[in-house]
Amino acid sequence: MRAVITVVGKDTVGIFAKVSTFCAERNVNIVGVSQTILEDMFCMMMQITMDESDLAFADFADAIKAYGNENGLAIHAMHEDIFNTMHRI
Amino acid sequence: MIDLNTADILETIHMIDEEHLDIRTITMGISLLDCADSDIDRACDRVYEKIVRKAEHLVRTGEDIEREYGIPIINKRISVTPISMILAASGGDPVKYALALERAAKEVGANYLGGYSALVQKGFAAGDESLIRSIPEALSVTDHVCSSVNIGSTKTGINMDAVALMGQIIRECAEKTADRECVAASKLVVFCNAVEDNPFMAGAFHGAGEPDCVINVGVSGPGVVRHALKKIPDADITDVAKLVKNTAFKITRVGQLVAHEASRRLDVPFGIVDLSLAPTPAVGDSVAHVLEEMGLEQCGCAGTTACLALLNDAVKKGGVMASSHVGGLSGAFIPVSEDAGMIDAARNGCLTIEKLEAMTAVCSVGLDMIAVPGDTSAEVLSGIIADEAAIGMINSKTTAVRIIPAIGKQPGEELEYGGLFGSAPIMPVNTASPAKFISRGGRIPAPLQSLRN
Repeated sequence: MRAVITVVGKDTVGIFAKVSTFCAERNVNIVGVSQTILEDMFCMMMQITMDESDLAFADFADAIKAYGNENGLAIHAMHEDIFNTMHRI
Repeated sequence: MIDLNTADILETIHMIDEEHLDIRTITMGISLLDCADSDIDRACDRVYEKIVRKAEHLVRTGEDIEREYGIPIINKRISVTPISMILAASGGDPVKYALALERAAKEVGANYLGGYSALVQKGFAAGDESLIRSIPEALSVTDHVCSSVNIGSTKTGINMDAVALMGQIIRECAEKTADRECVAASKLVVFCNAVEDNPFMAGAFHGAGEPDCVINVGVSGPGVVRHALKKIPDADITDVAKLVKNTAFKITRVGQLVAHEASRRLDVPFGIVDLSLAPTPAVGDSVAHVLEEMGLEQCGCAGTTACLALLNDAVKKGGVMASSHVGGLSGAFIPVSEDAGMIDAARNGCLTIEKLEAMTAVCSVGLDMIAVPGDTSAEVLSGIIADEAAIGMINSKTTAVRIIPAIGKQPGEELEYGGLFGSAPIMPVNTASPAKFISRGGRIPAPLQSLRN
């Protein structure tokens, strides 16, 4: 399945590295990335696939959210379908 | 990246995190027609067994979808065939069915189970009257069971014998649970033009024309609509309507996704998405606040009915496009106790029962979760039911009354429910008596459906 990770937080060194390492350690494949800085806030979207990971997506979503909290970042991982259905006709 | 727009993604997350976008309920409709038996105990066993078998995975599936899609699903509910139909075959004490339903709801972990119901718009058939008379007892000995009675329709007119009876039943419900905030009355809805696929409580039941088992979904989202309106404080009303429509589309698409996914995982046909904007008492999730965002000083003031008409229509227009099957009640709900803005407006007297009655002519569904003084007579309650049913009958729409006589309390006091039911300020009622009218009985004939000018 494909999902979208969003990362929002104060811009500091190494946010991208932290999140991508977190994904790599769990065999979660990153297939697309975009990022911007909005008024000092780091804002990143990652598209991922879970096909090679042993983790259930819901568990991964909980884990990365908790990891974000520990690091002062708001991280959400959500199924891609929810964005597709909401924003496309 | 990606073929998704960053702003869209952030908008979705913001809707869920900050604006209370959620799925109010996944409701599994289960037919109990094949559980009827001339032996009431055997019928109760069958009812319990079928509900538990069909809904075994309902709650777990809802929770899985919630976690995987990141969208809160607040309630998992069950609706069943009106129990009066099953009671017609068995006779006996109807409360036995209520207890069987309660056990089944608890066993599968459902939040509510609706269908302790009777459809008597044209008269009482076998089982109907004894079921209705048992409602106060049934709702006072159960926590999860909800009840509804349909007393009128556009096609049949209004059964005034049933209207008179329901005034008494509502009072009995309140009296029996006077020590528990009169909670039984909050689990009973009196309908005109009841729908057979409503996923919302307390009025959900599984109509006789429905399939054996079906998944219906109700969305929420007043907070999302209000937040969207905040961004265009000076727009004209055409743009307001357009924005509500666009927002309703997005909300409903999520409902459609969840409904489709729940249906697939449970291997149960998808029935409908109910487009209702269902508020909660949480701050920021209020239909009244949406109306106030349109430019009203407070909900209930002049202009409220017009704003609500606009909101209700725009929600339907956006929602219809977003879902393959729309049904249920589909409109904006205005339950007083479940809406922070309505509670405030009722507390300070800006919102009155008379204004609410006018509002129900243009929205879903009716006088909902309204507390009235404890000494309100059964006849006045029946009169309120008759008025509301007349609005539904003439306008070919569903109307309902869920009204709670707050035993021992007067205006200025409140009933406190907590959770989704919120708190209900006791609203003054016109106490002049319609007793003679109510005691006449009979039926209000079905209205003319042509010459509509």
